[in-house]
Amino acid sequence: MPGVSGTGNIDVSIEHKRADPAERDGTGHPNTCPGCGSHYRDEELAEHLRVCPQCGHHFPVRAPERIAQLADPGTFEEEDADLRSADPLEFFDLRPYVERLAEAELGTGLGDAILTGRAAIDGHPCRLAAMDFSFMGGSMGSVVGERFARSCERTAEDAGVLISVSASGGARMQEGILALMQLPKTIVAVEELHEAGGALFSVLAHPTTGGVTASFASLGDVMLAEPGALTSFAGPRVVAQTTREKLPDDFGLAESNFRFGHVDAVVPRGDLRGTLARLLRLFGGPS
Amino acid sequence: MTQEAELGLRDRLAQLSGVKLLRGTRLSAELERLQRQLERLREDTTDEEIWRSVELARHEKRPYTLDYVERILDDWFELHGDRSRMDDRAIVAGIGSLGGRTVALVGHQKGRDLKERAVRNFGMAYPEGYRKAMRTMALADRHGFPLVTLVDTPGAYPGIAAEQHGQGGAIARSQAAMLRLGVPSVSVVIGEGGSGGAIAIAVADRVLMQENAIYSVISPEGCASILWRDASQAKKAASAFKPDAAHCLELGVIDGIVPEPEGGAQVDHDGAAALLREALVAHLDELAGIPAEELRRGRRAKFRSMGVLAHV
Repeated sequence: MPGVSGTGNIDVSIEHKRADPAERDGTGHPNTCPGCGSHYRDEELAEHLRVCPQCGHHFPVRAPERIAQLADPGTFEEEDADLRSADPLEFFDLRPYVERLAEAELGTGLGDAILTGRAAIDGHPCRLAAMDFSFMGGSMGSVVGERFARSCERTAEDAGVLISVSASGGARMQEGILALMQLPKTIVAVEELHEAGGALFSVLAHPTTGGVTASFASLGDVMLAEPGALTSFAGPRVVAQTTREKLPDDFGLAESNFRFGHVDAVVPRGDLRGTLARLLRLFGGPS
Repeated sequence: MTQEAELGLRDRLAQLSGVKLLRGTRLSAELERLQRQLERLREDTTDEEIWRSVELARHEKRPYTLDYVERILDDWFELHGDRSRMDDRAIVAGIGSLGGRTVALVGHQKGRDLKERAVRNFGMAYPEGYRKAMRTMALADRHGFPLVTLVDTPGAYPGIAAEQHGQGGAIARSQAAMLRLGVPSVSVVIGEGGSGGAIAIAVADRVLMQENAIYSVISPEGCASILWRDASQAKKAASAFKPDAAHCLELGVIDGIVPEPEGGAQVDHDGAAALLREALVAHLDELAGIPAEELRRGRRAKFRSMGVLAHV
């Protein structure tokens, strides 16, 4: 994927509009580290799994690149690629929803904000569901819910393991109440996966907020988070406005969630593949 | 209501008529209800009517959960606390008798005056509130009490401590708890059905909305400030995402609409309670006796099918 750590000219209509603070301010180039100011060529960053070699800042990772980082080469087979969003509300804000969808698809090369399929990690078969923040802020509408649910159901068939990597601003407003209904929909699928003896490993990447936090992403048998990732239900801006309190510096961050007992481990990106392989071994998925 | 939407509802009716279930009575009642609603919905819902629902749903004189509890349930016994940290007053839970049947009830509670609003946190629960809900659901399941939930919240509380105590996880787990229940459940949105804070206690066998309630993924003001970058465009936002009961029914998100007294529930609490009671009893009667596994299966299938998809 060329030059894509940020969102380019894609309009992302969710509160946490840009995955990257420097970009959010409109001050920095997407490949300039907001932690230490170092600048990288895109290939350089990709080589380092998009982690700043100077200070360890984790840049956002697009879904296809995430899968390439985690899966054994050549093992990923995408599923449900044909699913697309409909526009049941004929939603129109400043622009029609269908136009935003078309633009997001053109800009990202993805059909929606999640990519799902079969894969293997270190020889262990599993399924991967990776979200992509550059597709409308990784927002969850009917397609994200459906692809995730189907992936869960297929994983349940052989009591396997589904690994989700989330990055989402929350439910997709343009699908109205149906977007909210994706919360229970994905939870139904996780329940059935669990009852079939399968497992969900949930990896929280920056940012995972709103409806995704309030549904499947919080229900992993094992919960992992990337360093510095914002993973909260309400975003910092909403909390600051509502409470008029000064937020702690680490509000909603992976490290804070670890301290409060909501995640099992904060895993640097370089260790993620190895950690997942170890867990797959422990959970004894068919190999 | 658009012609297309009306066709959609007709389609659901036709589908239901074709379904052969063991429990024929339940289905015919469902059919009758849908037919009645179709008639009510013939007339188009205008933007003005949608906004009127938003205003009535938030009306300061609208009956709240405890107003209904005292009018609908006998022998109400309130349960307090999440058995871990605290008693979140934004959610009330308890057991009582509804027409001779013991039910467990969970509902958001807004405050009527300034002092009570502070105590109730405007009906915005912390994770502790959802944990109180969950332990009440578990109690209901253990003892075979049907579960009634009344939904009336602007949303789950967006606060520092709420996040530290795991707001997202609590909302997710509360939904999972409802999906596991082997007892019948009926949820009614009685005012504001605000996003995650609402769905946390609304994953029921039957989900109903009062005529002037709203149910939405985000508040009109929140949507307007994000998409229009101007919170004063709330009316436009509401017209765009259509949180009113008629549209939620059209979209298949709710199973029925509970009528309110002329002018809205706020003008006649007793009348509103009588209509709510009638709907609750009717639905609980229909669900009574359905085996636990069948209830669970039906509930899961319903929520699993939510959404509208296209294919390339």
